[in-house]
Amino acid sequence: MKPIGKDYVKKKYDQVVPGGIDEWPVVSLSNNRDAFIKEVTAESIKRIKKLTPKRSSLIEEIETTLFREKLRVKRNPWAVDPPDEADFLQSIKDRLLEISTNDDKEDIDETLEDILSEIIERYASEIAGNFKKSRYRMARSIVTFGFARLLNASRARGFWSIFSTRYSLQDKIHITGEVEELRTLAKKGTIIMVPTHFSNLDSILIGWVISALGLPAFIYGAGLNLFNIKIFAYFMESLGAYKVDRRKKNLLYLETLKSYSSLAIQKGCHSLFFPGGTRSRSGQIEKRLKLGLLSTAIEAQRVNYQKGKRDGLHKIFIVPVTLNYNFVLEAPSLIREYLRLKGQERYYVENDEYSTSYKIFAFLLKFFTKGSDISVSIGRGLDVLGNYVDTDGNSYDKSGRQIDTQEYFTKDGKIISHDQQREDEYTRMLSDRIVEEFHRINKVFASHLVAFVAFEMLQKKFNKLDLYNFLRIPEEDQIIPYEEFKTVFQTVLRRVHEMYNKGEVSVSPYLTGDPDKIIAHGLANVGMYHAKRPLIKNKKGDIYTQDLNLLFYYHNRLVGYNLEKYV
Amino acid sequence: MSKECVGVIGSGSFGTAVANILSKNSKVLLYARNAETVEKIKSTRISNGQHLHENITVTNSLEEVAQKCNVIFPVVPSSNFREMMRQFAPFLHPYHVLIHGTKGLDLILPHETPTDFKMDRSCIRTMSEVIREESVVVRVGCMAGPNLAKELALGHPAATVIASPFNEVINEGKRLLRSEKFQVYGNQDLKGVELCGVLKNIIAIASGIISGLGFGDNAKGLLISRGLVEMIYLGKALGGEISSFIGLAGIGDLVATASSQTSRNYTIGFKLAQGKSMDEAIAEMEETAEGVNTIKIIKQLADAQGIKPLITDTLYKILYEGMKPQDGLSYLMKYPGNIDIDFL
Repeated sequence: MKPIGKDYVKKKYDQVVPGGIDEWPVVSLSNNRDAFIKEVTAESIKRIKKLTPKRSSLIEEIETTLFREKLRVKRNPWAVDPPDEADFLQSIKDRLLEISTNDDKEDIDETLEDILSEIIERYASEIAGNFKKSRYRMARSIVTFGFARLLNASRARGFWSIFSTRYSLQDKIHITGEVEELRTLAKKGTIIMVPTHFSNLDSILIGWVISALGLPAFIYGAGLNLFNIKIFAYFMESLGAYKVDRRKKNLLYLETLKSYSSLAIQKGCHSLFFPGGTRSRSGQIEKRLKLGLLSTAIEAQRVNYQKGKRDGLHKIFIVPVTLNYNFVLEAPSLIREYLRLKGQERYYVENDEYSTSYKIFAFLLKFFTKGSDISVSIGRGLDVLGNYVDTDGNSYDKSGRQIDTQEYFTKDGKIISHDQQREDEYTRMLSDRIVEEFHRINKVFASHLVAFVAFEMLQKKFNKLDLYNFLRIPEEDQIIPYEEFKTVFQTVLRRVHEMYNKGEVSVSPYLTGDPDKIIAHGLANVGMYHAKRPLIKNKKGDIYTQDLNLLFYYHNRLVGYNLEKYV
Repeated sequence: MSKECVGVIGSGSFGTAVANILSKNSKVLLYARNAETVEKIKSTRISNGQHLHENITVTNSLEEVAQKCNVIFPVVPSSNFREMMRQFAPFLHPYHVLIHGTKGLDLILPHETPTDFKMDRSCIRTMSEVIREESVVVRVGCMAGPNLAKELALGHPAATVIASPFNEVINEGKRLLRSEKFQVYGNQDLKGVELCGVLKNIIAIASGIISGLGFGDNAKGLLISRGLVEMIYLGKALGGEISSFIGLAGIGDLVATASSQTSRNYTIGFKLAQGKSMDEAIAEMEETAEGVNTIKIIKQLADAQGIKPLITDTLYKILYEGMKPQDGLSYLMKYPGNIDIDFL
C-alpha cells in the first residue's frame, strides 16, 4: 500500500441555512425561552403522572426527590447552585406535611399539582439553554481567530508569524469522513450528532467543527459542573449548551431533561449527545451508551410521525463521530480513576482537573501551540433504527432495498402506536449500532498502534499476572527489544490494513510506508506531552515505558478489534 | 374469529401443528416450499399426516405470505433456515413480526479458514439472529417448550413459551396461540429460550440411547439432571440466562423430549442403541433430527474453546467416531462424579 497522503480537505464551507443565523431553530428556541420552558414543564408533568398513576406513588416519588435533593444540598453544594435552594426544599417539605394531615382528596391533588409544577419549572429553567446570537458570533471568532493566531505563531518561526494566515484551524483539526452528506442531511432533517468522548476539550472542539462546516449551532447537554467556571459557562452557553446535572438522579429531574431534549428535537434543533455520558475513563471506545437521552431521539421521531410529519424536513438522522487524539491531557487522572474504580476501592471522589480558569487556559495554550494534530471522523448518517440513509434521507436495509422508517412504529405499516417498551428496546439496538459505527470510523493512529502492540507484548510475557499485579512489574521488565517489537508490529499492522480494506476501521495516512518510520512516528506522538512518556526508545534503541498505566490507557483505544490474537 | 391472517412457513409436522393451533383464532396462510406438496395438501387437506383446519389456506408464494400477514411463524429446519430467509427478505417490512419455532443453530465459517482459525461464539447464530441478519424485521421472537408435534396434532393439552425482548411480540404470540387446550407463557430472554430448545436435543438423543440399551428410569433421571446441568453451562456460555433453563422451554421441554418415543431426536438415539449406524438411522427418519447437527457444532466450539461438555463429547464419539453406545455409557459412568449443583 502506498502512502495516502493528506486525508482531509481544507476548505471554507457555505452556511447550510441560507437565511443566516435568524433562521436557526436554536435561535427561535431561545427567543421563546419562557414559552418553551412552560411547554417542557407541561410535557414533563404529563410523563410523570403517567409513570405514577396512583396518588400515593406520586407522593412517594416527590418525597424521594425531596430527600435526595436535601442530601445533595448538604453534602455536595456547587457554586452554580441557586442560593434559595434550601428554602425552596423546606417549603416543599412543609406542604407535603400538610398533605399527610389533610383528608380532602381534591385539596391534596391540587397541592400535589402545585408542588410538582413548581419543582419541574425550576428544573426546566435550570436546564434550558440561553443561546445568544451575538455571543455565539463572538465566541466563534475568539475560537477561530485566537487559536489560529496561536497556531501560526507556533508552527512558523518568529514573532510576526502571529499574523500569518498560512495555517488555519483546519490544519490542526482534520475533519474527515462524510462531511458533504452531513451538510446535506442537515438541510433535510434534524441531526443528532453522537461523538466519542475522551477529553473535556471535546465539546469546544465539536462546537468549532460544527461551525466550520457551516452548520447551524447544535444544542447539547453539558455537565452543570462545567458551569461553575465562569469562562466555560460563557462559551458553553453561547455555543448552545443546556445544563445537565449529574448529581440529580431523581425521576422528576430525569423526565424533565428527557422532555427538554425530545421537544427541542421535535422543533428541529440539531442536537449533540455524548452518548457515553461521560469521558471514557479507560481510553476505550465507549461500549455501553447511556440510553436516557438517546431514547429521546427515537421518541421525537415517533411523535413527528404521529403528527403526520412524513420524512422531508422532519426525519431524524443519527451521525456518529469519533475524535481521534494522539495525546489526551487528562489521561493520567482518567486512567487512575478507572483503575481505582475497577479495583473496587470503596471511596472515590471525582477530582476536577479544570478547577480554575488559569488551568484551562494553560491547557489550551499547550494544546494549540504544542499538541499534535487531531482528527475528527464524521460517520455516515443513520435513521433512528440504525439503518444507513442516503443524501435524500431515505433509509436502506443491508441489501440496499429502500425502507420506510415509519413502519418500525406500526404493526401493520399504517397505524403508528406508542409502545414504551418497544422504544426502550429500539434505543438499545440503536446504541449497539452506534458502537459498531464508532469502531468502523475510528481512525487508527500510529501512536495508538505502537501503544497497543507494546502493551499486549508485555502483558503476554506476564500472562500469569492479573492486570493490577502486571501494572506493578519492575522497570527492568518493561523493555522490549526493538526487532522483536517490529516483527509483531508488522503483523498487527497487516491485520489493521486488512480490516481497513474491508471497511471495518479507518486509518491515519501516517500508517503506510516504511514500518520503521511508522513506529518512529507513533513513538514520537503517543502521549507526547506527559511528564512521563508512555512509550519511548532507550539508548540501545529498544522500547520501554515510563508509565505503564498511561501505556495501558493509549493501548485501550484499539481494544475491541480482536487484534490481541495477532500479538 | 378475527379477519387477520397469520402466516406459517414450513409444512413439516411441527409447522402443520402450529398452523392448526393458530387456525382456532384466525385465518392461517401455510407456506410449503414444494409446489407439488402444495397441490397435494390442497387436494387431500392433509399435511404431514395431520388434517388441516378449514381456516388454513396453503400457498407456494412467500410474497403472498408477507403481503397478507403481519405476524409470521417460520418453522423450517435450521439447515434451510437462512436460505428461506434470503428468499423471504425482499418481501418483508419493518412492521412484520416473526416468531420462529426452529430448534437448531446456524454455523458460519469464514470462506478461507486461516491456519490459526479458532471457532468461537461469533461463528454461531441462533435462528433469531439469522432473521435479524437477513431481513429488516426487528420484532423477532421464538416459540419453544414441550410441544411434540404428534401430541399437538391430537389436541392434547400443552403449553409453550414465547420469548422476545419485545413485550408486543410476546402479547401477539399469546393472543394468536392461546386456546383452551394450549397455554402460552412469555419470557424476555430470547437467546436463552432458543438455546434451551437447541441444547435439549442433545440430551434427547442420549435419552434415546439409554432406552434403546434397555435401561430404566433411574438412568433416565440421572441423564436428565446431569443433562440439564450441561445445558445450563453451555447455554450460559452462549449468552442465555440460567433462569430460562429451569422454565417450560428448558426442563419442561427436556423432560418431554427425553421420555417421548415420538421425538425425532430420541428416536435417532434409540436406533443407534439398537446397533444401527448413523446413516441408517438418519435414512429411516422422515424429518430432520436437529440434535445430530447441534452435537457437531457444539463439539467443534467446545474443542476450540478448550472446554469439555461430557455428554455432548461422548455423543459425538458415538455419532461420528464409531464408538459403541454401550462403551459411551460406561465411559460416562466411570467419570468421577462432581458436585451436584454449583451454578445457582
